Amino acid sequence: MEEKNFICTACPMGCKLIVRMEGDEVVKILGHRCRKGETYGRQEAIAPQRMVASTVRIANGIHPLLPVYTKGSIPKRKIFEVLEKIRAIEVPAPVKAEDVIIANVIGTGVDVIASRDMPEK
Amino acid sequence: MIIKKQYDVVVIGAGPGGLAAAIEAKKGGADDVLVIERDVELGGILLQCIHNGFGLQTFKEDLPGPEYAQRYINEAKSLGISFLMDTMVMDVTSQRKLYLSSRDFGYVEVDAHAIVLAMGCRERTRAQVRLPGYRPNGVFTAGTAQRWVNVEGYMPGEKFVILGSGDIGMIMARRLTFEGAHVERVLEIQSYLSGLSRNYVQCLEDWGIPLQLNHTIKKIIGKNRVEAIESVAVDEKWNFIPGTEEIIPCDTLLLSVGLIPENELSKKAGVALDPVTGGPFVDEHFQTNVPGIFAAGNVVHVYDLVDWVSLAGVEAGRSAAEFALAEKERSARYIPLVPGKNVRYIVPHKLDKKALEKGDISLQMRVTKPIEEDVWLEVHGEKNSIVRRSERYVRPGEMVTIVLKPRMAAEVEKAGRLTVDIYPKSEA
Repeated sequence: MEEKNFICTACPMGCKLIVRMEGDEVVKILGHRCRKGETYGRQEAIAPQRMVASTVRIANGIHPLLPVYTKGSIPKRKIFEVLEKIRAIEVPAPVKAEDVIIANVIGTGVDVIASRDMPEK
Repeated sequence: MIIKKQYDVVVIGAGPGGLAAAIEAKKGGADDVLVIERDVELGGILLQCIHNGFGLQTFKEDLPGPEYAQRYINEAKSLGISFLMDTMVMDVTSQRKLYLSSRDFGYVEVDAHAIVLAMGCRERTRAQVRLPGYRPNGVFTAGTAQRWVNVEGYMPGEKFVILGSGDIGMIMARRLTFEGAHVERVLEIQSYLSGLSRNYVQCLEDWGIPLQLNHTIKKIIGKNRVEAIESVAVDEKWNFIPGTEEIIPCDTLLLSVGLIPENELSKKAGVALDPVTGGPFVDEHFQTNVPGIFAAGNVVHVYDLVDWVSLAGVEAGRSAAEFALAEKERSARYIPLVPGKNVRYIVPHKLDKKALEKGDISLQMRVTKPIEEDVWLEVHGEKNSIVRRSERYVRPGEMVTIVLKPRMAAEVEKAGRLTVDIYPKSEA
């Protein structure tokens, strides 16, 4: 049996998780203090996921950049691919918070959305 | 926007603490709530904190900073709170008078029945950690770099070393990595991480950025631009350990070495500060030692979660509204005494409406100019005359007294304010 150690990032508590694996199967999770922690530990052991936040260029906005983020988590190994998509585009102002900036980014099923209102200059 | 002379609650700072306080003050019954912000937009430092992790407690959602701020901004706007943007508070008194310098309105004075201090905190700088070496370009606080990268759209460098394992430093390590820069090292003088463990995991460990505990910077190398830093290991008393030096080539050094509550204004108002937190001493309602002046958020002590800042703002805002409403009632009991024609000043400055029920009240004053003939000394309200007596002359060197009698109580109470005029009978 293999043991993996993680620090949970589901919330700021920072619980120390121990995930016991048998091959690719999670057998037991220890150290979590809530259901989110259990989900995190299982996911982290099999296929780590993260939310991603960055900025896209915005034309004619009060700032040159619009902060954006993925509405849900995406596979960790795909982060740089997502960042590349985000870097490649420019959107026109105005934008409202939660407007979809890139739908279903690189087929992850997750939208990249605006983090704030951005009025026109 | 028309700026009023008197507000129920004035909030200084439109970050998460100030916005929550303003919203709660308005909901708590304060009619006139004014938020003063030095930036051109609302939200404070949250606007540059584009990473997620905010709002897990407040909204049960994992939000980025700007979106967390946006929700408070939208609510504050919908409630009819007034905002004065691009405005610096230059001075605040313990009597809750504020002196402002505003881009759009110039010099402005306003009075508040209650004030909430929500100025947040500022970053400790290179000078405050006494870093030796040259002073080249390329040394920034982590928050400055964050503003550049996330809002202004500038990269401060390509190859970074970060001193301090504070949250902003670790978050910037990841952010810079996302933008194609290389973060060589994070150095922490203490034997433990100074930020949250989750940030170590998702900002450093995820990207293979090495963290060295018990390490600091011995010297910054480079004259015009940072070329390298010399790191060194320290013992438990933070003394350099000889022989452990290492030259780390880099073009930029970020400092994430702590935050200090921003209380220059608080001091002007006579607010007493705790030397440990650097913020005001407060009671359970976040009231400072100065009655009617409250404080919320990082101005009190540095929080690690914005959700707690908002909660502090709620408590301070609610309490400020309560104080303001009581203060409004108290101040409605008073009638101001206003120097009129040829009167330089009057003591007392104000009068309790009910005071005449208990006996005579003497008004003491001095004239501006001498009048060497028969004069009238007249006390009047806005419409009604209350008392008039004569003197054979008045001179600035000789104090003048007028006595209000209990029989005048009804007339005095009717007057919104009392004015005293002193003028020659020949002009009457």
